[in-house]
Amino acid sequence: MAFREFGAAAAVAATLAFSASPAHAATEIQWWHAMTGANNDVIVKLANDFNASQSDYKVVPTYKGGYADTMNAGIAAFRAGNAPHIMQVFEVGTATMMAATGAIKPVYRLMQESGEKFDPKSYLPAITGYYSTSKGEMLSFPFNSSSTVMWINLDAFKKANITDIPKTWPEVFEDAKKLKAAGYTTCGFSNSWVTWVNLEQLSAWHNVPLASKANGLDGFDTVLQFNGPLQVKHLETLVELQKDKTYDYAGRTNTGEGRFTSGECPIYLTSSAFFGNVKAQAKFNFTNAPMPYYPDVKGAPQNSIIGGASLWVMGGKTPAEYKGVAKFLTFLSDADRQIWIHKASGYLPITKAAYERAKEEGFYKDQPYLETPLKELTNKEPTENSRGLRFGNMVQLRDVWAEEIEQALAGKKTAKQALDAAVERGNAMLRQFEKTAVR
Amino acid sequence: MQKQSVFQSRLLPYALVAPQLAVVLIFFYWPAAQAVLQSFLLQDAFGLSTSFVWFDNYQELLSQPDYFAAIVRTFVFAIAIAFSSLSLALLLAVMADKPLRGGTVYRTLLIWPYAVAPPVVGVLWVFMLNPSLGVLAHGLRGMGIDWNPLLDGNQAALLIILAAAWKQISYNFLFFLAGLQSIPKSVIEAAAIDGARPMRRFWTVIFPLLAPTIFFLLVVNIVYAFFDTFGIIDTITRGGPGNATQTLVYKVYVDGLLGGNLGSSAAQSVILMIIVVLLTAIQFRFVERKVTY
Amino acid sequence: MVEQEGIQRYLAHIILWIGIAIVAFPVYLAFIASTQDNAAIANGQMSLLPGGHFLETYYQTIFVGTSGSTREPVGTMMLNSFVMAMLIAVGKIAISIVSAYAIVYFRFPFRMAMFWLIFITLMLPVEVRIYPTYKIVADLHLLDSYAGLSLPLIASATATLLFRQFFMTVPDELLEASRIDGAGPFRFFWDTLLPLSRTNMAALFVILFILGWNQYLWPLLITTRDDMQTIQIGIRKMITTTDALTEWPIVMATAVLAMLPPVFVVVVMQRLFVRGLVETEK
Repeated sequence: MAFREFGAAAAVAATLAFSASPAHAATEIQWWHAMTGANNDVIVKLANDFNASQSDYKVVPTYKGGYADTMNAGIAAFRAGNAPHIMQVFEVGTATMMAATGAIKPVYRLMQESGEKFDPKSYLPAITGYYSTSKGEMLSFPFNSSSTVMWINLDAFKKANITDIPKTWPEVFEDAKKLKAAGYTTCGFSNSWVTWVNLEQLSAWHNVPLASKANGLDGFDTVLQFNGPLQVKHLETLVELQKDKTYDYAGRTNTGEGRFTSGECPIYLTSSAFFGNVKAQAKFNFTNAPMPYYPDVKGAPQNSIIGGASLWVMGGKTPAEYKGVAKFLTFLSDADRQIWIHKASGYLPITKAAYERAKEEGFYKDQPYLETPLKELTNKEPTENSRGLRFGNMVQLRDVWAEEIEQALAGKKTAKQALDAAVERGNAMLRQFEKTAVR
Repeated sequence: MQKQSVFQSRLLPYALVAPQLAVVLIFFYWPAAQAVLQSFLLQDAFGLSTSFVWFDNYQELLSQPDYFAAIVRTFVFAIAIAFSSLSLALLLAVMADKPLRGGTVYRTLLIWPYAVAPPVVGVLWVFMLNPSLGVLAHGLRGMGIDWNPLLDGNQAALLIILAAAWKQISYNFLFFLAGLQSIPKSVIEAAAIDGARPMRRFWTVIFPLLAPTIFFLLVVNIVYAFFDTFGIIDTITRGGPGNATQTLVYKVYVDGLLGGNLGSSAAQSVILMIIVVLLTAIQFRFVERKVTY
Repeated sequence: MVEQEGIQRYLAHIILWIGIAIVAFPVYLAFIASTQDNAAIANGQMSLLPGGHFLETYYQTIFVGTSGSTREPVGTMMLNSFVMAMLIAVGKIAISIVSAYAIVYFRFPFRMAMFWLIFITLMLPVEVRIYPTYKIVADLHLLDSYAGLSLPLIASATATLLFRQFFMTVPDELLEASRIDGAGPFRFFWDTLLPLSRTNMAALFVILFILGWNQYLWPLLITTRDDMQTIQIGIRKMITTTDALTEWPIVMATAVLAMLPPVFVVVVMQRLFVRGLVETEK
């Protein structure tokens, strides 16, 4: 009879539902992160190595989904009173985290209070500046950073008889046209992360402000300013070139990267961390180069800003637990560790010592494309326009900006109209955020 | 709406309803009330600073032309998805209703999409129609069609409608089949004897008898289009290009979970809930009428 | 006898096959992708025929997990999904059927109010009330538990509504007859009503099982341990990679495997399913 089975099923279900979960041991440090694939392996090995090196603390890493999901999980957990100790948050979440005094424990304070040796000057300023206050106090710990580089299909260049890697944007446009004529008809050049490449990095690389107050690093009352002549001209050119596919839009995020590795787009700007995929999937000779610049802009090229994520320490934990977290951060900063992370994941080393050692060991001789982002970041001493950026609700902001750019590319608005609208809508959202952040 | 003969028992009914009420109160009403409360607050993501702002969130929403565009867009999507999914399902059900060899095989094969989770549906459609990864995209480009849903809002909207409608076909198919099978053969035979051709038979006899099912499915599909297409949009277009595929429920997600603007997101959910309640209230009126058929 | 002309029959077959092609093609693609080489897929050069990697991909998927994104082989995640879906389906049917019974077969104060209270739960999906729900589950110490995974999803009215509709169509004579036999509410329920409800219960079981099986957002939020995560999380995790390699064949293999249990449930229950709905239509 169906009911016996039903009753049995119900009983089993009830038992399972209320079975207890196993207990854990020692001083655990919960680490929530968003890394997958080989990068996940890196995280697990780091945790295991740390746990093996001492017996007081145990770092437990848990994958909580993509960056956005991980951040939401952390927020939900905090609101429910059980946040993790360490949370990996993408760079665009920095403002939200920073505004949450009480919910987070700034790294510099953590290290001070736990008595760990900590010298902010030993870190690469272009990387840590993004996550520090204007006084240089580090708020979060940079973990995986990358920058924008231009990936080049060398076989395609050969086919189009191009001998030099382009350095400036006009050269890129010309080369793209040549490539199109040589057979790459659906795409001369393209990029991922539409706002990162064409607004954020563009502005920093040319030492032009994206917004006031050092792009938001110095205050939540920042005002967007990226509808200036440089950015408008750049977008106008893209719109023009989109018409005959010299430039072909590849989406808001990085789903279009396959077009480079498949050989369709011979020039492609995206994260330096793309190298793993390129190595595995591109069946042609490739290299990468620093982002191109406009030679008629004074001061270009300046330095690039980073992308990626950092580790935030959450508030409300005991001093004993914080000691463990501090020890773990020291462990991560060790030059050996940094070099290993750099080699294994392609993400950038964060300490000067690690970078120097990598250079000395000749690490970049065989794989020069791994050094390109570092060269970009250290090109010049950062200015107000290139220390980084920090906006509340950045995820939404980027969506709004991408929306407007898409409208321009589709011919629905002029470049100026699109950027003006992006600035206006963005400012409204920034003021909204400011209201909740200022206490 | 009450049975004529009932049991007279004082405590038993309360005891029977209690488990469900308990679960519903704890896991629905309490969180829902908090969500509604949230719509009147201005708060940072972590809930550290809160201020009561009355209807500011609602005002802000209703003064955005984007929001009304999203409402219109959602209705358009809902109708398109419901219509295409229902008509195709009806056609297939009518065909499968005939005494054909292999009827069970057909029915089984047509049930599949129902078992596929929304995010997976999105990925599958990316595999077919994404300009860089898509198998069908290559084909379309080969045929000379400039398939670029990344820039063309209409193409993106079409993609979402197709993916969402595809998923619903089997659900609708099943209900239609059931409805068709419950129509007594005698009625159809009587109409045939009267000399009515198949098409005429369908429209004058079968269709009206199927009306309750059609209506019920219409509303179910519209509710589905309003709420459950979020997974598909998130995987395929994320609301783009421009905001061509941003529906109300997706906006709730973007503003709330991605943007950290919980107040606005909660206000949007309340408005969304009101819309759906209205739609369902309309249906209830109709269903009651049909029930006394 | 209603005519079944030859042409009509062929037409029906053709239309059905086109329908199946439309309906099954994406699923077919998923299967194909799971048998091919990752590079070919990422570059958009996947062929439409099965590749040669079937065995190794499925072996890796089932027993090993991707090189890091999930750390849990598929078997564990499928088990979690299964338990959760079962709990939701069984739990919901259990509490709804007795609720509906009370509302239809008893007269008591606040009867209609309670019905509406339950009915309104259809109107607000989980995504919207997700943070407060999380807090409650955390307060009750139900994180990372099967109870926490399922209870919030049991709290909606679909099943109650369906049972109520069905009970309304049950003829009063049955109750009268049962009364004459001296049966009280329990006997009537157990001996008469439940057997009649069998097909509806089967239908609901299928719907609710699939609903539970396909949940993503809620399980993602409340599970922190990798071994409590469900298969839908597993699939999504593998897709939403930022810079690292997406191992498409394994993603697709997992998606195919994730489809099997619900399809199996649907197919097995199919006959009961159709009949169940027919009775509710009256």
